[in-house]
Amino acid sequence: MELVAQSLGSEGARMIVGLIAVIALVSVNALFLIWMERKVAAHMQLRPGPMEVGPHGAVQTVCDAVKLMGKELITPAEVDKPIYWLAPVVIFLPVLLSFLVIPFSSTWIIKDMNVGIILILAFSTLSVLSILMAGWSSNNKYAVFGAIRSVAQNVAYEIPLLVTVMSIILMVGSFKLSDIVTAQSGVWFVAVQPLAFILYITCATAETNRAPFDIPEAESELVAGFHTEYTGMRFALFFLAEYTNMFIASAVATVLFLGGWHGPFLPGVVWFFIKVYAVIFLLMWFRWTFPRTRFDQLITLSWKILIPLAFVNLLITALVLKLR
Amino acid sequence: MMSYFKEIAVGFWSLIGGMAVTIRYFVKPIVTVQYPREKIQMSPRYRGYPQLIIDPETQTHKCIACEMCARTCPSQLITVKGTKFPGEKQKRATKYVHRHQYCSLCGLCVEVCPTTALEFSPVYRLAGFSREDCVLDHLVLLQARQQAAGLPVTPVPTEEEISAAIAAEAAAKEAREKEAKAKAEAKKAAEPKAAPAKEDKE
Repeated sequence: MELVAQSLGSEGARMIVGLIAVIALVSVNALFLIWMERKVAAHMQLRPGPMEVGPHGAVQTVCDAVKLMGKELITPAEVDKPIYWLAPVVIFLPVLLSFLVIPFSSTWIIKDMNVGIILILAFSTLSVLSILMAGWSSNNKYAVFGAIRSVAQNVAYEIPLLVTVMSIILMVGSFKLSDIVTAQSGVWFVAVQPLAFILYITCATAETNRAPFDIPEAESELVAGFHTEYTGMRFALFFLAEYTNMFIASAVATVLFLGGWHGPFLPGVVWFFIKVYAVIFLLMWFRWTFPRTRFDQLITLSWKILIPLAFVNLLITALVLKLR
Repeated sequence: MMSYFKEIAVGFWSLIGGMAVTIRYFVKPIVTVQYPREKIQMSPRYRGYPQLIIDPETQTHKCIACEMCARTCPSQLITVKGTKFPGEKQKRATKYVHRHQYCSLCGLCVEVCPTTALEFSPVYRLAGFSREDCVLDHLVLLQARQQAAGLPVTPVPTEEEISAAIAAEAAAKEAREKEAKAKAEAKKAAEPKAAPAKEDKE
């Protein structure tokens, strides 16, 4: 280990240790989130949810993961094989990269880049590409529908998301995530920019393809959308990526609006995770409250309401900052 | 322009209202019963299979083996046997078998019972591995319930006891008949004596 550290330098060692930690976090987080989702769903419907495996069904998702690993990887006839095989990997890699810049506490950052927020937003857009790859290569009409819907949705919601994030960046004057958190040591930006927070949460729900904006995989219409033809671990990678995307979207919300690692008594990392899981709970709360939107409603919401509001918010922010 | 903002405000407010509903349900206690580990109390109106009532006075059943239930049963699934034991006024059930696999739970047996010896059981776990598992011996079930309630258990009469009771009953009957015969004979014997006496008077 020391040899490796010397040859790579402390920066390289930090990267390797960080990546291993991130892979562990991603797996544990996905297992936990699936369990949490089922529990939240169950309790909102007055059910207990998974109860049989482990205390309160805590080991249920581990069993599900083991079962998925044991499944055959079916490659249907007539699929575009290289793209079909590549899509699950392409959806997962950017997810890992986004973790590089997330500041879990003032010291727990793998690499505090000065383009942090841009890196996350750029890489999260890559998931649209992989969804398109998966849907197109599957040779299945439902998969294609899901993929096309996903692209239209993500393009529509990327704009208000970026404009909303811009208003925060204008206030801080830096793309560095740690700078954004440091700027919130007094007042969290959710108090200063409540409209931006609502816009961001709405767009993040749409970007992570979650209900009520889950039309790319609308199970009652499209079987499973873009991952209809995937089985076993390939399907599991899509699933993993979905829940990890949720984590990243919530982590960015925490960094931008909820003051990151700031909080009394507890260490910063604990506060960060509490806030992230609170935002994730909010997203799950949305899912089990709102019915799925129709496609035209979805696009109307973005272009007619969210984008104008985001620009108005940005203009007001700029005006206030200039006049102050 | 105003309608645009109004629509946003109304829509947003309705979303908040919806979320209030779900969070209220989220904190409510769950209603699912974890069945094999948890069981619900059946309502008093639940109509399970018919069972013998434990009489609070005698602490045993009230069946007099009149076989009304067996005769009225549309599926002919009840077998009742009863014997009069020495020293008792009425017949008493010695066997009450209910072949529940044929039962349609119509409740006619409960209705027809002249001594109201039957009621509907609150038991709902009736699954068995064969048809024979569904045959309910009511006297045995009664013993189990008496034991559970801490009451003295009514013994099921054995074959010997029943035959002894039948023999005793027959003997008693014979003795009674003999007695009646003897009485009648004595009366007869007394009558002719009385008649001539009357004649004598005249």
